Amino acid sequence: MKKTRFWSWFWMFLGGLYFFVPLYATLRFSLMMKKDVLSFMAYEKVIHDPKFLEAFSFSAQMAILTILVSLVLVVPTAYWVHLRLPKLKPIMEFITMLPFVIPAIVLVFGLIRSYSKPPLLLVSSPALLVAAYVVLALPYMYRSVDVGLRAIDVRALTEAAQSLGASWPRILFQVIFPNLRSALLGGTFLTFAIVIGELTIANSLAWKALGPYMTTLAGMKAYEPAALAVMSFALTWGSIAVLQFVGKGRGGAAPENMAGMH
Amino acid sequence: MDAQIKPVQQSNKDAPKARPYFQNLNWNWLGVVPFFLFAILFIFIPATSLFVGSFQNIEGEFTFRNIQMLFTESYIVNSFKLTILVSLVTAVGGALFGFLLAYAVTIGGLPRWVRNFLSTFSGVASNFAGVPLAFAFIATLGRVGLVTVLLKDLGIDLYGNSGFSLYSFWGLSLTYMYFQFPLMVLTIIPALDGLKKEWREACENLGASKWQYWRHVAFPILLPSLLATTILLFGNSFGAYATAYALTGGTLNLVPIIIGAQIRGDVLNDPNLGYALALGMIFVMGIALAIYYILQKRASRWLR
Repeated sequence: MKKTRFWSWFWMFLGGLYFFVPLYATLRFSLMMKKDVLSFMAYEKVIHDPKFLEAFSFSAQMAILTILVSLVLVVPTAYWVHLRLPKLKPIMEFITMLPFVIPAIVLVFGLIRSYSKPPLLLVSSPALLVAAYVVLALPYMYRSVDVGLRAIDVRALTEAAQSLGASWPRILFQVIFPNLRSALLGGTFLTFAIVIGELTIANSLAWKALGPYMTTLAGMKAYEPAALAVMSFALTWGSIAVLQFVGKGRGGAAPENMAGMH
Repeated sequence: MDAQIKPVQQSNKDAPKARPYFQNLNWNWLGVVPFFLFAILFIFIPATSLFVGSFQNIEGEFTFRNIQMLFTESYIVNSFKLTILVSLVTAVGGALFGFLLAYAVTIGGLPRWVRNFLSTFSGVASNFAGVPLAFAFIATLGRVGLVTVLLKDLGIDLYGNSGFSLYSFWGLSLTYMYFQFPLMVLTIIPALDGLKKEWREACENLGASKWQYWRHVAFPILLPSLLATTILLFGNSFGAYATAYALTGGTLNLVPIIIGAQIRGDVLNDPNLGYALALGMIFVMGIALAIYYILQKRASRWLR
């Protein structure tokens, strides 16, 4: 027993090293802008760069739009499928899995080919960017809503509300949504984490979003990109930490992951 | 019995006649129209358009030439080989390392808090990609990175004669591992938890050694999960673009990188060849995901 424990600790130690050394290296590097002293100068430079603010607010807006569109698109559909069309469940699962089969770079390639000529000239419109992000977020949004719906008795809740004379909007907003709160929050945070630093699609559609901004900065500066990386960890990790905290409410479901975002 | 059933059958038969035909149609599908419309517009149409484009020449005539070139043009064959190799190496490496860690916190007897810590951290690290991840590794193993400098002080010059470079195959693989093995940890912990105590006890009662238990019981049960997750990891790095682009700036000849370059400017001098390249990616990913799905079904038999 002692011997196996030793190896367990050994692997954990190695894993911890691999986890933390790159983080530590980035953090240290980001603080070294002033010679011989640790300082937050790189961070100040980043925050005061108007281009950063522009890129950040653009990405944040796109994230909010993506979240809204995904919620409107996925939640009523998933609810309706659970309630009235359970036979469609496998088809829904198949469709929402497709973004895993079609890598982001391929998706955007197809979108550009399809929508760069009339009748649907969308390439230069932010609508296409949001649509692509909704597709990227689809597996995560659908899965978390689906898990939430499975945990409650949709039919009983709906019928109970109907027999008490509730209208459809009232059923959705006052009965179903409150019961899905943690699932919806989960999907929302994941979507935000996906969109905020996204590079592939923003770059291909030539938007000045946060991801492309970071890449350009990396080519020109040394310390600022490290500071940006630390800030972006903090942001992503913050949203995922909130997500895991929220997720505890639904019985310790395994944390979702964002495969396919790399 | 008969007398009881008959009236029911009769009323069933009569019901359709009592109402106009259209009321009996199922109008429920109207509720899912917006979702399907979206899926058609932004998933199916782009995919189909790539598919069609791969079988056309510049003039829009039908041809197999693009598909043929995927297998004959050495530049493209090599890029597929390299992408598949990176994915294989990081999938197998990530699966091994992830399994060892997951084993350590489940069966390996480490305290509970280590397990919680590893799960939380894996949840975060598996989402960690793109530009920030590339920066982290540049700060660690780049030419003036923390570890590079540290090793240099110890007399090991990574960039000297060892031939290592963060911006090459092994550097990229090492970077990909950062989001690969946490995914393995997350998916394999439930499978390891699924190994029931009774199975081990039954083996011990029958006089089996620890090795025999693993060889004949635990390993065969875990195999589908292990393979399924490895394939998931494969797909995870096969489609990866952001990390590779941020790290190597597009110098490494990976399929996603070529497609990215093709989008920004016609580097292949043939747009239709680009579509064929994209179709090839969908094809590989489709096969990987199909195998994953089948294996996952097999694996779930033991997880009830």
